[in-house]
Amino acid sequence: MKAGRYGIYGGQYVPETLMSALIELEETYARVLADPEFSRRLSWYLHEYAGRETALTFCENLSRDLGCRVYLKREDLLHGGAHKLNNTLGQALMAKFMGKRRLIAETGAGQHGVATAIAGAALGLPVEVYMGEVDTRRQALNVFRMELLGARVVPVASGTRTLKDAINAAMRDWVANLRDTHYLLGSCVGPHPFPRIVRDFQSVIGEEARRQVLEREGRLPDTVVACVGGGSNAIGIFYPFVNDDVALVGVEAGGEGLDTDRHGASLSRGSVGVFQGALSYLLQDADGQALETHSVAAGLDHPSVGPEHAMLKDSGRVRYEAVTDAEALAAFRYLSRTEGIIPALESAHAVAYALRAAEDLDKDGILVVNLSGRGDKDVADVANLHGGAA
Amino acid sequence: MSRIAGLFARKNPVFIGFTVAGDPGIGASSGVAKTMIDAGVDLLEVAVPYSDPVADGPVIERAHVRALRAGTTPDDAFALVREVRGYAPALPVVLFTYYNIVHRRGPERFFSEAAAAGADGVLIVDLPVEESGEVAPYAARHGIDRIALIAPTTSPERQHAILSGASGFVYLISLEGVTGERDRLSSGIAGLVGAVREKTDLPLAVGFGVSRPEHVAAVAAAGANGVIVGSALVRLIEEHSSDETGMHEALATAIIALRGGLVPQSRT
Repeated sequence: MKAGRYGIYGGQYVPETLMSALIELEETYARVLADPEFSRRLSWYLHEYAGRETALTFCENLSRDLGCRVYLKREDLLHGGAHKLNNTLGQALMAKFMGKRRLIAETGAGQHGVATAIAGAALGLPVEVYMGEVDTRRQALNVFRMELLGARVVPVASGTRTLKDAINAAMRDWVANLRDTHYLLGSCVGPHPFPRIVRDFQSVIGEEARRQVLEREGRLPDTVVACVGGGSNAIGIFYPFVNDDVALVGVEAGGEGLDTDRHGASLSRGSVGVFQGALSYLLQDADGQALETHSVAAGLDHPSVGPEHAMLKDSGRVRYEAVTDAEALAAFRYLSRTEGIIPALESAHAVAYALRAAEDLDKDGILVVNLSGRGDKDVADVANLHGGAA
Repeated sequence: MSRIAGLFARKNPVFIGFTVAGDPGIGASSGVAKTMIDAGVDLLEVAVPYSDPVADGPVIERAHVRALRAGTTPDDAFALVREVRGYAPALPVVLFTYYNIVHRRGPERFFSEAAAAGADGVLIVDLPVEESGEVAPYAARHGIDRIALIAPTTSPERQHAILSGASGFVYLISLEGVTGERDRLSSGIAGLVGAVREKTDLPLAVGFGVSRPEHVAAVAAAGANGVIVGSALVRLIEEHSSDETGMHEALATAIIALRGGLVPQSRT
């Protein structure tokens, strides 16, 4: 397999101006991977600052309800409230080792922007976050959080004024400021080496979960479930299980249904295309224009997906399913009441699928669900959808 | 001799104008192209509109959006090339595109249709040399020049690799950044032109940020064989969206003024 490729997927489809930065990033990444000082410092930040390792919670009520043994990997307990910080601490520290003096990032719902602002504050790097103008209005609270953390939020008024345009804007900034700026990409998407870097920094989720479940149960789980937008929490928990006899299921945004044009299921309904630097699955029209997508979960509202997921789909190693907005909202309420845990709407997609997957497992079957983030950020939206009634 | 090689052989430096197919509308686009040609554009770059033009600044991005809202497809871009070919049979035309447009059709079909429409070159802005093997055989089969990009950040080793697959002319990016007008031109242009000149006999054209007659003069003085102007022209289309006559006048006036920056030189 060519460097930077996952099967046929991945690659570096970027303007020439960016190539030198990608080459520098690739070289730095190889260097920091071999540097014990980098590992030591990242490990310190993950454990002492971010709160790793996160719990693998056995859910007694859920297990009784579903008739199998259900564990939640609690990335919602990570500092900042989502798995995003694993990656932002890793990349921000890498930027320090590269001598960069400024971080830029894109954000959709605001979670990655907040995680970047946190990492920037902790490591003393100024942060600018590009955010679609539509999203700055939908997620005003996260804009305030980022500003509180010292970041500057730049509203993006071009294109559809959402996440993909925020990525475009961040790439444009990076092209113009390569020498002192690191682009802290938030998911396992984009040109090589980003998908690899993000996967590696997120793999801590799966490494811990694998060890924790072995300690608890003395065996590996039957099934691991995670939601997939760009796919970083999913690749993080899947990767350490890829060579095991464990079923892996990625859950995409089914939106208003896969038979409508209002969803974000690039693996289930997309076709192969190049988008924002990588060859992967893409929701596109007959001419190759990216389509507008929809999900109740802003973090899953994206027309493409990380290239490694594209390979894992084709090889059949991971099964990709979709869950509708309605199912995700039901799971959001269900988990809150059953276990006292309010999941992020993104993570609620994984929970919703787990309710289905459990039907195939007997009472000794073990199901691990990656709870990638907490749902506080979604509470106001869900209240509005339900007319204020819980 | 190809139309591109012929142009650079008889004229130095040349003036290259950029327009997005379908901007400000599918029908109006050919009028824009003809006005640009009548005003003195030596080579026309026609962009295929794309939903996510990351190499472009806000002015050209908005042109892509206008063209897409007008319903412009790659077929319309090919139709525009065909029309220009009929209007100005000797004028070289280069299609400027993002790679997913090519990938979606399949490189074979894209290059075959480009050639049938009368395009002389194709520039795929987000297809670096590492990935260009995917299109090289089809460009060669259909006699289409592959216009390569070199940036100020391109290392000497990469310059060699890029130039080994390039044909037609080489597009030198004047600055670290996206397309768009700038007050001042980067001071490193002469150095970049000189460094690349040592490695190739292909004509060198400079673009990105070139928006005033004095910029054009500076590019010519740096020893480039061509100067490419995009955003400064595209902006005029946007500014005159409700006044078609005014738009054509403004385009013609701007091109004549910008061309005035060119001082004929002997080809070295």
